[in-house]
Amino acid sequence: MSINALLTGQRVRWAAWVAIALLLLALPFITEAVLGRSWVRIIAVALLFVMLALGLNIVVGFAGLLDLGYIAFFAVGAYSYALLASPQFAVHWPFLVLLPLGAAIAAVFGILLGAPTLRLRGDYLAIVTLGFGEIIRVFLNNLNRPVNITNGPQGITLIDPLQIGGFSLAQTHTFAGLTFSSVHNYYFVFLICAALSIALSLRLENSRIGRAWVAIRDDELAASAMGINTRNIKLLAFAMGATFGGVAGGLFASFQGFVSPESFQLIDSIMVLCMVVLGGMGNVAGVVLGAVLLTALPEALRYVGPLQQRWLGHVMVDPADLRMLLFGLALVLMMLLRPEGIWPARRRIVSAPTENPHGG
Amino acid sequence: MADEVLLSATGIRKHFGGLAALSDVSITVRRGEIFGLIGPNGAGKTTLFNVLTGLTRPDAGTLSFDGIRIDGLKPHAVARHGIARTFQNIRLFGSMTALENVMVGRHLRSTTGVLGAAFRTRHAVAEEQAITKRAGELLEYCGLSARSGNLARDLPYGDQRRLEIARALATEPKLLALDEPAAGMNATETTALTALLERIRADGVTLLLIEHDMKLVMGLSHSVAVLDYGEKIAEGEPESVQRNPRVIEAYLGGGFA
Repeated sequence: MSINALLTGQRVRWAAWVAIALLLLALPFITEAVLGRSWVRIIAVALLFVMLALGLNIVVGFAGLLDLGYIAFFAVGAYSYALLASPQFAVHWPFLVLLPLGAAIAAVFGILLGAPTLRLRGDYLAIVTLGFGEIIRVFLNNLNRPVNITNGPQGITLIDPLQIGGFSLAQTHTFAGLTFSSVHNYYFVFLICAALSIALSLRLENSRIGRAWVAIRDDELAASAMGINTRNIKLLAFAMGATFGGVAGGLFASFQGFVSPESFQLIDSIMVLCMVVLGGMGNVAGVVLGAVLLTALPEALRYVGPLQQRWLGHVMVDPADLRMLLFGLALVLMMLLRPEGIWPARRRIVSAPTENPHGG
Repeated sequence: MADEVLLSATGIRKHFGGLAALSDVSITVRRGEIFGLIGPNGAGKTTLFNVLTGLTRPDAGTLSFDGIRIDGLKPHAVARHGIARTFQNIRLFGSMTALENVMVGRHLRSTTGVLGAAFRTRHAVAEEQAITKRAGELLEYCGLSARSGNLARDLPYGDQRRLEIARALATEPKLLALDEPAAGMNATETTALTALLERIRADGVTLLLIEHDMKLVMGLSHSVAVLDYGEKIAEGEPESVQRNPRVIEAYLGGGFA
C-alpha cells in the first residue's frame, strides 16, 4: 500500500469520525424538533443502557459468566448516589466524589457476588446471580425499618441534580444561540460517559486482561493451565462489569431525581441481557446497537395506539398489551433470524509483525 | 548437568471412588531429556499429567520441580514455576485466532492490568508489542506462520496440535508436558512433529511425553516409564523397557511373555 493510499484511508476514517461526532452533538436538537422532547429523554436513557449493556458484556460476553442479576449493580450505584446527595440523610456530596465512589461500591458488590460463585458456570451461575439481584432489591425495599436507610418502597426523592463546578445540569442554559434544557445537558454528560465506556471496553478487549477473559470463556481449564489465575480474572470481570453499572446508576439517580426499588427488577436485568445477546455477545459495537434498539423499540411501539386510531378509526387492542406482544415477537424473530446477534462478535485479526513493515 | 533432576514425583496416589488411577507412582525426569510415559489406555498416564500440572490433587505423594515443592499448587501457579502442557483432547481457545492463542500463553510473563490497558501506558503498549512479536515468532517456530489470523477452531487437526505446543511454549516452560501430541496425525505430520520436538529439546526445554505411537516414543525418548492399571511397571532406557516381560505382557496380554 502506498503512503498516499494510506493517508487517504486515514483521512476517510477521520472524516467518518467527525461526521459521527457532529451527528451525535446535533442529535438532541434534531430529535426535539422532529419527535419532541420526550424522545430526547429516551435517547439519554438509551445512553445509560449502553453503559449498562457494555458492563454486562464484560461479564457475559467477554468472560462468559451468565449474570441474571446485573441490574443490582445499577441499583447499588443509584442508591449510593441517592443516599449521599439527597435530604434522606441531609448530606449533599459533590457529584465528582460520588461518581467514583458509586463505581467503587458497585465494584465491591461485584466481588461480593463473584467470590461465592467462582466454581459455578452456566445455569447454576445464572440462578445464583438471579437470586443476588433479588436480594439487593428486597433489601432496598425493606431497609426502612427499624432504621430508615432506603426509605423502603417509597424510594428516595429530591436527589441532587448533577452539578459540575457552578454549572447545574438541571437548569436551562443558553450557549451560542442554542438552548440547552436539562435533558440536553444530561444527554451530553451521558454521551461522554457512554463514549468513555465504549473506549474502555475496546481497550480492555484488546489487552492482556481481555484475552484472559475470552480464554476462560472458551476453556477455563486450558486457561488455568496456561497460567491464568482464573479466580482473580473472574472477580475482575465481575468488578469491572459492576463498575459500569454503578456509574450508570449514579447518573440515573441524578437524572431522575428519584429512585425506588421498582426500577431494579428482574425484568430490567433481563432487558440488559437481551441487549447484549441480541446485539451480539462479545462485540462492543453490537452491544451498543442492541442497547439503543431495545431502549427505543418499546418506546416506538407506544405509537401502536395512535396508529390504530388513525388507520382503523378506533383502538381495537389495548396498546399496552399489543406493545409488549410486538416487542416479544421482535425478540423471537431476531433470535431466529440472527441467532448470534445483530452484529456478532468476529474476533479481530491481529496480524503478526512482519520482518519488513514497509514491504509488500 | 545432564543428570540433574528437574522433576521428581514420589509416591503419587490418586483414587477415583474405588478405582485406583495411580497407586504409589514415582518418576524422575532429568533436565534436558525427553521422558516418555507409556502404557495401555486407562493406565493412568493422563491422571499423572493432571497431578503434575495441578489440575488434579493427589491423595498422597510429593512433587518437586526444579528444587521447589509444587504439589498442592493451583494450575496457574504450577505454570508460573515452569511446567506447560498440551491436552489429549485439544483444548484451544476456539474463538481466538492462532496468534491470540499464543498471546494468551504470554499472560503469566506479562503484567499489564486494567489501568495500564485503559490508559494505554507506555509500559502497556510496549508489552503488547513484545507479546505480539513473541507470539509471531513462536508460530513461526512451530510452522504456523501462515495460520496466524485463522480462528483456532477452523484450523486442521495437525495444526491445532502444533498450536497447542506453540501456546505452551509461550509460557517459557522448563518442562513441556505433551499428552499424545501425535494422535490423529498422518506419517508426514508425525515426522514434522518429531523434528519439532527434537528442536524444542535442543533449545533447552525438557520434554515429558505421553504417546501411543511406540516408534515415535522409543525413537525420541531418553528415558521411558510404563504405567499399567495405575502402577509403574517399568522405567529405564527405551531398549531395556522394550524387552521387559511385564511391559510386553501389559501391551500384548498374558501368554506372550
